[in-house]
Amino acid sequence: MIWNSVGEFVAMGGYGLYVWGSYAVVAVWMLVEPLMARRRHRKAWEEIMQNPEQDTIDETAS
Amino acid sequence: MKTLPRFFTFAAPSRFYRLSGLLVPWLYGVALVFAVAGLYVGFFVAPTDATQGESYRIIFVHVPAAWMSMLLYMVMAGWAAVGWAFNARLASMVARAIAPTGAAFTFLALWTGAFWGKPTWGTWWVWDARLTSELILLFLYLGYLALVEAIDDTRRADHAGALLAVIGAVNVPIIYFSVRWWNTLHQGATISMTAAPKMATTMLTSMALMTIAFWAYAFAVIFTRTRAIVLERERHTEWVQALRSSSEVVAP
Repeated sequence: MIWNSVGEFVAMGGYGLYVWGSYAVVAVWMLVEPLMARRRHRKAWEEIMQNPEQDTIDETAS
Repeated sequence: MKTLPRFFTFAAPSRFYRLSGLLVPWLYGVALVFAVAGLYVGFFVAPTDATQGESYRIIFVHVPAAWMSMLLYMVMAGWAAVGWAFNARLASMVARAIAPTGAAFTFLALWTGAFWGKPTWGTWWVWDARLTSELILLFLYLGYLALVEAIDDTRRADHAGALLAVIGAVNVPIIYFSVRWWNTLHQGATISMTAAPKMATTMLTSMALMTIAFWAYAFAVIFTRTRAIVLERERHTEWVQALRSSSEVVAP
């Protein structure tokens, strides 16, 4: 085992700020981005649900 | 040109929409499993580095993020070019969907690089070839995003973006070979890192696991964004309206 205590793990041999400063930003972004993408998809869908099209285009024609 | 339309029917947005909808949850699952495994190996199995101490553990996110930033740019430029050359709708949409994720990975590579550079080089930033060319990559992504957002006409925006993306692709080999072509502060290629064999193995294992996690993550988030773009652009089509009338309130 590399770490003898939780405190040692957090301290990262004195490099805690740099290690956790890196990982925190990566983790936050990887939680936020999927939510943003999901919201964009849901919004696009809601738009379609609220405003049905009268004249549709056959996709094979384009 | 007779065989081309047949080929591209497989890339029809309607088919992609259904398929990717099934894949996305699995991709997030793969990303999570591999990230947990990679972090476990990276923090609890890989030993302390003899010269850099614990600060080197930044490598497990830094290198995969940097790889993804370059790879996604090439993929984005490739699909943008295909969309432009063959008028393939889905290709252009995928290119647009890749850009924000590529820009994010570029930013994360620079950010984690700064947090690694400070304790090891004594500075957050230097204008050396590797760092500067990676910063240019970020500007290329942001320039692409700004350009396509600024043009209202979708098709013209796609074409203008494709031109920028393809020209900017020349930067990617420059980033990759910068550590060989110039005498940089940045270390050489990670794969050839010279360390004690056992240490290199566990470090490489963690990095490989994290890279797979980042790949799966990128696929999942880019697919989700592409699905949004498909709905935004194809709302007038028959298949979206058919989907609409057959679905509940929740997006399929």
